[in-house]
Amino acid sequence: MAEAHPVGFQWVMEAKRRGAKVFHVDPRFTRTSAVADSYLPIRAGTDIALLGGVVRYILDNELDFREYVLSYTNAATIVSEQFADTEDGDGFFSGFDPETGSYVQDSWQYEGHEDSSGSGHTAKERDTAAGLRHESHGAEVGGQTRRDETLQHPRCVYQILKRHFARYTPEMVERVCGIPQEKFLELAEAWTRNSGRERTGMLIYSVGWTQHSVGVQYIRTGAIIQLLLGNMGRPGGGVMALRGHASIQGSTDIPTLFNLLPGYLPMPHHADHPTFDEWVDSIRHPGQKGFWGNARSFAASLLKAYWGDAATPENDYCYGYLPRMTGDHGTYQQVLNMIDGKIKGYFLLGQNPAVGSAHGRAQRLGMANLDWLVVRDLFMIESATFWQNGPEVATGEIVPEECRTEVFFLPAASHVEKEGSFTQTQRLLQWREKAVEPPGDARSELWFFYHLGRKLREKLAGSGLPRDRALLDLTWDYPTHGPHAEPSAESVLREINGYDVSTGRPLSSFGEARADGSTAIGCWIYTGVYADGVNQAARRKSRHEQDWVAAEWGWAWPANRRILYNRASADPDGNPWSERKRYVWWDPDKGEWTGYDVPDFEKTKPPSYRPPHGASGTEGIAGDDPFIMQGDGKGWLYAPSGVLDGPLPTHYEPVESPVRNPLYRQQANPTRKTYAHPVNSVNPSPPEEHSQVFPYVFTVSRLTEHHTAGGMSRTVRPLAELQPEMFVEVSPELAAERGLAHLDWAHLVSGRAVIEAKVLVTDRLTPLRVDGRIIHQVWLPYHFGFEGLVTGDSANDLFGISLDPNVLIQESKVGTCDVRPGRRPTGTALLDLVAEYQRRAGIIPGRNAPVVTTDSDGEGRGDS
Amino acid sequence: MIPDPNSLYGPLDPAPDAGWSTAPPRMGFFTDTSVCIGCKACEVACKEWNGVPGSGLDLLGMSYDNTGALTANSWRHVAFIEQPRPAGHRTPPFAGTPTDGPVSAASAAVAAGTSGRTGTDPGLPTGAPSAAARMATGGPADVLGAPIAAGRGGGGPIAAVARDNGPVAAAPRDIGPATADPGDGGSGPQFLGMPGAQPPGRGSGAEGRTDFRWLMMSDVCKHCTHAACLDVCPTGSLFRTEFGTVVVQEDICNGCGYCISACPYGVIDQRKDDGRAWKCTLCYDRLGVGMTPACAQACPTESIQYGELEELRERAAARVATLHERGVPEARLYGHDPNDGVGGDGAFFLLLDEPEVYGLPPDPVVTTRDLPKMWKRAGLAALAMAAATVAAFVGGSS
Amino acid sequence: MFMGSLAWEGVSGMGLRTFIEGWPVYRQLTGTDPLGRGAAAQSVRSAELTARTEDADSMARSVCPYCAVGCGQRVYVKDGQVSQIEGDPDSPISRGRLCPKGAASKSLVTSPLRQTTVRYRRPYSTQWEDLELDTALDMIADRMLAAREQTWEDVDGQGRPLNRTLGFSSLGGATLDNEENYLIKKLFTAMGALQIENQARI
Repeated sequence: MAEAHPVGFQWVMEAKRRGAKVFHVDPRFTRTSAVADSYLPIRAGTDIALLGGVVRYILDNELDFREYVLSYTNAATIVSEQFADTEDGDGFFSGFDPETGSYVQDSWQYEGHEDSSGSGHTAKERDTAAGLRHESHGAEVGGQTRRDETLQHPRCVYQILKRHFARYTPEMVERVCGIPQEKFLELAEAWTRNSGRERTGMLIYSVGWTQHSVGVQYIRTGAIIQLLLGNMGRPGGGVMALRGHASIQGSTDIPTLFNLLPGYLPMPHHADHPTFDEWVDSIRHPGQKGFWGNARSFAASLLKAYWGDAATPENDYCYGYLPRMTGDHGTYQQVLNMIDGKIKGYFLLGQNPAVGSAHGRAQRLGMANLDWLVVRDLFMIESATFWQNGPEVATGEIVPEECRTEVFFLPAASHVEKEGSFTQTQRLLQWREKAVEPPGDARSELWFFYHLGRKLREKLAGSGLPRDRALLDLTWDYPTHGPHAEPSAESVLREINGYDVSTGRPLSSFGEARADGSTAIGCWIYTGVYADGVNQAARRKSRHEQDWVAAEWGWAWPANRRILYNRASADPDGNPWSERKRYVWWDPDKGEWTGYDVPDFEKTKPPSYRPPHGASGTEGIAGDDPFIMQGDGKGWLYAPSGVLDGPLPTHYEPVESPVRNPLYRQQANPTRKTYAHPVNSVNPSPPEEHSQVFPYVFTVSRLTEHHTAGGMSRTVRPLAELQPEMFVEVSPELAAERGLAHLDWAHLVSGRAVIEAKVLVTDRLTPLRVDGRIIHQVWLPYHFGFEGLVTGDSANDLFGISLDPNVLIQESKVGTCDVRPGRRPTGTALLDLVAEYQRRAGIIPGRNAPVVTTDSDGEGRGDS
Repeated sequence: MIPDPNSLYGPLDPAPDAGWSTAPPRMGFFTDTSVCIGCKACEVACKEWNGVPGSGLDLLGMSYDNTGALTANSWRHVAFIEQPRPAGHRTPPFAGTPTDGPVSAASAAVAAGTSGRTGTDPGLPTGAPSAAARMATGGPADVLGAPIAAGRGGGGPIAAVARDNGPVAAAPRDIGPATADPGDGGSGPQFLGMPGAQPPGRGSGAEGRTDFRWLMMSDVCKHCTHAACLDVCPTGSLFRTEFGTVVVQEDICNGCGYCISACPYGVIDQRKDDGRAWKCTLCYDRLGVGMTPACAQACPTESIQYGELEELRERAAARVATLHERGVPEARLYGHDPNDGVGGDGAFFLLLDEPEVYGLPPDPVVTTRDLPKMWKRAGLAALAMAAATVAAFVGGSS
Repeated sequence: MFMGSLAWEGVSGMGLRTFIEGWPVYRQLTGTDPLGRGAAAQSVRSAELTARTEDADSMARSVCPYCAVGCGQRVYVKDGQVSQIEGDPDSPISRGRLCPKGAASKSLVTSPLRQTTVRYRRPYSTQWEDLELDTALDMIADRMLAAREQTWEDVDGQGRPLNRTLGFSSLGGATLDNEENYLIKKLFTAMGALQIENQARI
């Protein structure tokens, strides 16, 4: 966190000053470790084993916050007797469909709800990254559940959890992660001791956690711990994701993502959502509890915002205009399709996949096979010049005279040259005022897309084709100003917020959304940001003039709440768990919830409220159900649906690993998304042969001094000089083993690429003892590329493409490689070297190793 | 006209002494290295505010330090020191991992041979490898001895060159700067820049590295109470501000360079293009309007604190006491003492090791300490000359 | 340094008396700073020095463009140019602080490496050429419509609606404003373009 989010880290230092203990887990000793109370080196890709060990420690020692767990989680809920755990299935839960490599989730359901998962396998959900839509709400689940408040029923979640994690002992943690037992116990003991009524503990991760084939389950494990310890919905608690881009949260909420529409409404699927009603019902799940029951209003209001007068109840608000998904349309599928010549055009909007995405060579080869490419950026980035200066030009794979891609580089306006809002990592929208005009041809994306849309509509004016109606009926009448006819960003924010169609009055909360066409809302979770016609995101009341919650600085979704599910900061009766941790509570005299924050609960629903039998939607949420976006109002220790690779997290090895999974015969996540394409390959891992060809683990991350793919830092002099060259950090032990010298060159080889870097031999890297073997890890920054003031080979070139099944994010935080002294070869000799390694490793490009490994007799079978 | 010796040595409030009869309280920096995260925001914020030019694009290999030193083009400099010493972690960071001996001394020794093109003169000092190694092992007390080589049977990173070292022999290139150091004492083991040949993990563990700490420290001009740079400046370019700080006036400096050798900390440096001396002004322009210096304003963790020096000294003393209570006995202040050789610094530090480890002189003394003795001979003559100059002006204009 | 400095600049604009009184040696000899190390040595420039944020024409309240912490920035403008960017002390998130990247924001937006004109590379060309912005916009619109035309899918094999094109893609959004992402998604969706992605997938 000190490395990548230094200013956020001031609050950790503040907590430390007040006595908080800081534990840092990382494959390498970083600037965060330097000021932490304890540092735990870990083998990259084994976090579930570590966190699973903590879960076991809590349960074994009965250190959970029992009152919280009983009331606020699904610990007491009884699960179907059809459910079988990985502990009985060698790493598989019940319901695995080998045909599709996905689970049928019926057996994971709560007892009596076996049919509610939607029958059949979940490969479609994987292809459409359906898990991502749960960023705002839980997955579907039956509302009425059977519970055992004594937690003794063998099939209650609590007991299932206990059995599932029973083998995640301190010894196993050491064996899998390479973390000595005493260090693990130090962490587990401190975490539990600093949680409860009087204290809360916080789990902070940076989004490297998401870049694993089991990334979602990493976060699930963290959430399980935080629920068991009563750290959710309370001040100083939670699971905090430190996201890496100024408005990456905003671009997820208002998604430039293929599978979502604004506010986490799913993009329709051709088979599942043929009609508006079926689409809406798939979101709201009739009969289910919780706020998502109003989905019809949110959906109708979005379409009304898009298509205005043309959208009527009679035509289902132009639902038919929406494009339909048929499967995986994600960025990696797209790149492979580019290589195959299926995609003609590509827009890059402030993003640099030639450096920043996994498998850089595939990215560049894809871009070299387009008809046209539009790059909008501040600087001439690698993704604009790959045809001229890319590494494939040196190897002869891209010949400029033979590369047909037509490239438009359009300069973009910087953050001070336009106004608009960013949503930061805690869902807080902050408005930026415009300081100066953009230089030359530089324009905002708002300008570009508004005028592009205007031109497209002009070109299609008069068209009688049905396909053009969606564009011609689109509301696209934003007021403009200034010499370049810049559209008004505030007018767009007003549409995002939503308004009453008849009066134009901006809505104050999403509770005002209607399904009758009387409201238009661009993104329902953002409703309120323009309440009373005031840009609430632009509020900047000084921190000196308000309390520590600072509710009048910017605006957080939903409804300006700063801590989600904060009803859980009070006990079931509505009283604060403790004076120290007082945050939101029930005021019986006034008959309402009150506190420092906006209560995340119906304001006047008393703690004693119990829903009538059969109630659904918000009415179904009891007065002591804090998790109001979940189908049962509970925090999920066990996820009966919504997570495609299992209701509980399970340690699988990274897709590329030098060791056999010590826990199960199933080596890696069996549901991961793989691509069998000639450009893609996976280095062999046990039980396959030849894993020793790539004996070392490598991981990549950020340096404080640079930003992502370097487009905003390698181009900036005072930053470039602080970290001027690509380097690789190696331990003294690996340096000895491979003959690497400090400040000399080394090159790293994977099945995809070979890159070179200067060597830093440092004590901050350590070998680990894993399952009786010594495992070496190396670390690389991923910021470098071939343009800018400082250049170097790109670490992401080393990776292949394997994705998490829930969100289709690639495993680019861990891979295997070889490390050799000296510079890499150049020209075709470089390709020869990669080919030689592929031959030695038995890699056949385009052919993936079998996903299921339980039949294999490979080394180290595990102790089951 | 003959100054009190106190003006050149010993405790003093320098602004009133320099003629600021209604001087505001003396302002300064307290840099608490125990909370520094090495982000270098101070370096950048300084450059952005003061328009300091770029200072080279060279990888120095001194841990994460690619700035190298305070120069005319780097007025803040974050030093990084990797050390195999306890850091107050509950259990040592690498306890129980299959490590061999530490390599920080060897890496530092190799890095000491690097230099960077800073566009300044004298720019980065080329360090002595053994001195760098001492920094990385933790102070002068355990020079190259106990923690590194002893009891390791030559298996550690610092080893005799002649030792058959397997892969090392195959990559001899980097031995150069690390070992070719005849002028640096020549005693003790030499550096290969390479760890030992013993396969990792084979050791008993007792000989492996377990303790580790990564020290970071943002260095800056000390704004001495007795500033030799100022004393030797022949043009009056260097002057004492009303805030008690020491500033080079860029409109006056003629690039004579006297200040460079006068500085006991090696802070002052000249730009090659314009020849003038440049250094931290403690953001004199910002102070004048009540603003915080750029580096201190940016510092995410309040490692750099700006304020009235008296108050900062109290705060620093309290911080040391707190750290001592919390089991960090090595915390100590540097440059806070008005009785030290420079009369105390306007920018002082909380360190976690000996000053030398951070590249700071252990006992700096104002280089003009003995100047008063000379004044008796030189002072009157100079003043007489100045008076004559005034007369010439007045006369010439009338 | 017993000689005061000869601060020549500004002489012509002053009366002689003012000049002499302002002359360091005079001040040194007559004032409180006999050694000429402080008050007497202060140059005219130094005396007139002020923070450039003080005489900025305007100040915009902004947010750092790098990571997602969302640190407050104050952007100072003089003569239409950004003259300084620094942390906003009012922000409850950042309390006026910035990391090296945020602190480098002025260098980012004023970097000489910034590309400020449209550049165009023809198919099979080895070099860039210039292009008018409006022409570029027009060409891009034409190419989008052509790609859409060539790849349009009305219905699937069973006659269920698809209403889409997989003929072009887009990547980016995490560095952009909410309002921009909204328009991007809205326009592409209305064109039937599905393959819209950003860093959140990466």
